[in-house]
Amino acid sequence: MNNLIDLEKKINSELTTKINKTSIKHNQIYVEIDKEDLVDVILFMKTTQDIKFRQLIDITVVDYPEQTRRFKIVYLFLSHEYNQRMILSYFINENEVISSITSVFPSANWMEREVFDMYGVNFKDHPDLRRILTDYGFEGHPLRKDFPLTGHTEVRYSEEKKKVVNEQVKLEQNYRNFDYESPWEGTKYIKEITDSNDKKN
Amino acid sequence: MTKKIKNLNLNFGPQHPAAHGVLRLILELDGEVVEKADPHIGLLHRGTEKLIENKTYMQAVPYFDRLDYVAPMNQEHAFALAIEKILEIDVPIRAQYIRVMFCEIGRILSHILNVTTQALDVGALTPSLWGFEERETLMTFYERASGSRLHANYFRAGGVHQDLPAGLEKDIAKFCETFPKIINDLENLLTDNRIFKQRNVDIGIVSKEDALDYSFSGVMIRGSGVPWDLRKSQPYDCYDQLEFKIPVGKNGDCYDRYLCRIEEMKESVSIIKQCLAKMEKGPIKTFDGKISPPSKAEIKKSMEALIHHFKLFTEGYRVPKDEIYTAVEAPKGEFGVYLISDGSSKPYKCKIRAPGFSHLQSMDYLIKGHMLADVPAVLGSLDIVFGEVDR
Repeated sequence: MNNLIDLEKKINSELTTKINKTSIKHNQIYVEIDKEDLVDVILFMKTTQDIKFRQLIDITVVDYPEQTRRFKIVYLFLSHEYNQRMILSYFINENEVISSITSVFPSANWMEREVFDMYGVNFKDHPDLRRILTDYGFEGHPLRKDFPLTGHTEVRYSEEKKKVVNEQVKLEQNYRNFDYESPWEGTKYIKEITDSNDKKN
Repeated sequence: MTKKIKNLNLNFGPQHPAAHGVLRLILELDGEVVEKADPHIGLLHRGTEKLIENKTYMQAVPYFDRLDYVAPMNQEHAFALAIEKILEIDVPIRAQYIRVMFCEIGRILSHILNVTTQALDVGALTPSLWGFEERETLMTFYERASGSRLHANYFRAGGVHQDLPAGLEKDIAKFCETFPKIINDLENLLTDNRIFKQRNVDIGIVSKEDALDYSFSGVMIRGSGVPWDLRKSQPYDCYDQLEFKIPVGKNGDCYDRYLCRIEEMKESVSIIKQCLAKMEKGPIKTFDGKISPPSKAEIKKSMEALIHHFKLFTEGYRVPKDEIYTAVEAPKGEFGVYLISDGSSKPYKCKIRAPGFSHLQSMDYLIKGHMLADVPAVLGSLDIVFGEVDR
């Protein structure tokens, strides 16, 4: 499909019930699906003749702690053939296990490990689900919104024990988050006012 | 009598000059043949994405310098483009040329480092000595434009921080004249060098299919013969007004990737020349006072400018609710920013897509069946920088 609108139509007509919502913005197509259909949809996108999203760019999660379905899992795809990008997403609860797509895209391996490490989302059938970026023996999932910026533990070399030890974080001064939010608005708001003033005149 | 032979586990790094930083690579060896490679990363993890969530958009820019610290401005570019697309602001043409020019300088910086250290890994010392002299010159250009050699913090949403100082354009043009000779010198040392070829030809071959499946980008995918470059296929800023070629490899081995990098440096020089020729005097950032801070002179005169200055550096500008993925062709491959804004002055989420992450992941696939001595050669041709892999 050379055109995003055609692509959107094709996806909607061929996958009908598996697609919850599609939209086009910033020259990219956004597709929302259900957790159960993930592998089917991805296989369809990868292999179908006029779609060919052959490359998985990244997998990530967005955390919305105030929602019941807290995590939004996001997959970014690229099609070299048609020069298009797709953003595929679905929501899950905190303790839900999702299926791994390593069998479809081998590069998903580390990306899923990173998601597991940073957000604590579990994957079914992943060949090697270990932490990847954080330290050996690290606890917690740093990119969750309820994980403090300063962390829970800090590392130092203990002269008495002659080894590196992990301790509770001790701050000389608490981390301060200044709140500067004010009614000062961005450009849009000014533009709208001036536009409406122009109209009145 | 039967003898039992056990495979040897070898720890490569985290402190090894050929590990290109802090990589701990656990190799399973059968004699000298590598059976399995398990890279342990994260030794340089600084939580960049978490930190960015707690900073305003302007404060987040310096973190991008510290990702791939070999070519800092290319990273900033991706972030600036993401914000610009959401805010729907235009960048003045001079700023576009300045940005593209410095991105290409970054590409040369990165490729010199990679080509010469790859040579160092396989036993050639001289290229790195010659190459680093040129890197120093280029970093002086960085310093003159932005104030620092490495951590530039120069690109802004809507343009660049300040205009180029007098005389810089002339000096960059002078560099463009002398640098091709240095590339030739490097090529004389390496391209037909018997030892260099023996160490690199047919090592770490990537097929076209695998390059796609393993999410390769940049030189890694072009070396395998896929003509894919974001500067051409999804042009950003003024790349569509410039003429340049995309070098593509044939065999997908370490040697082809080396050749691609050398050719790309020559193309970069030509792009810089074109930028210098087309660059005209003019504004270097957007006029929108709600996004780009006013000049110092203006603050002294205008109350409104003073208020804007104060608000921009305390609260920062707000970015409307949106979700976007923007990618640029960084020297190492596709560097992307997946940005979610929520209408406040801080990003709700900023996922950084680093090319090195997926390249390093394929280490096991690339090195299986090769000899131990090939590990540094393959690692060198992957062009890994741990700032961006670990984030």
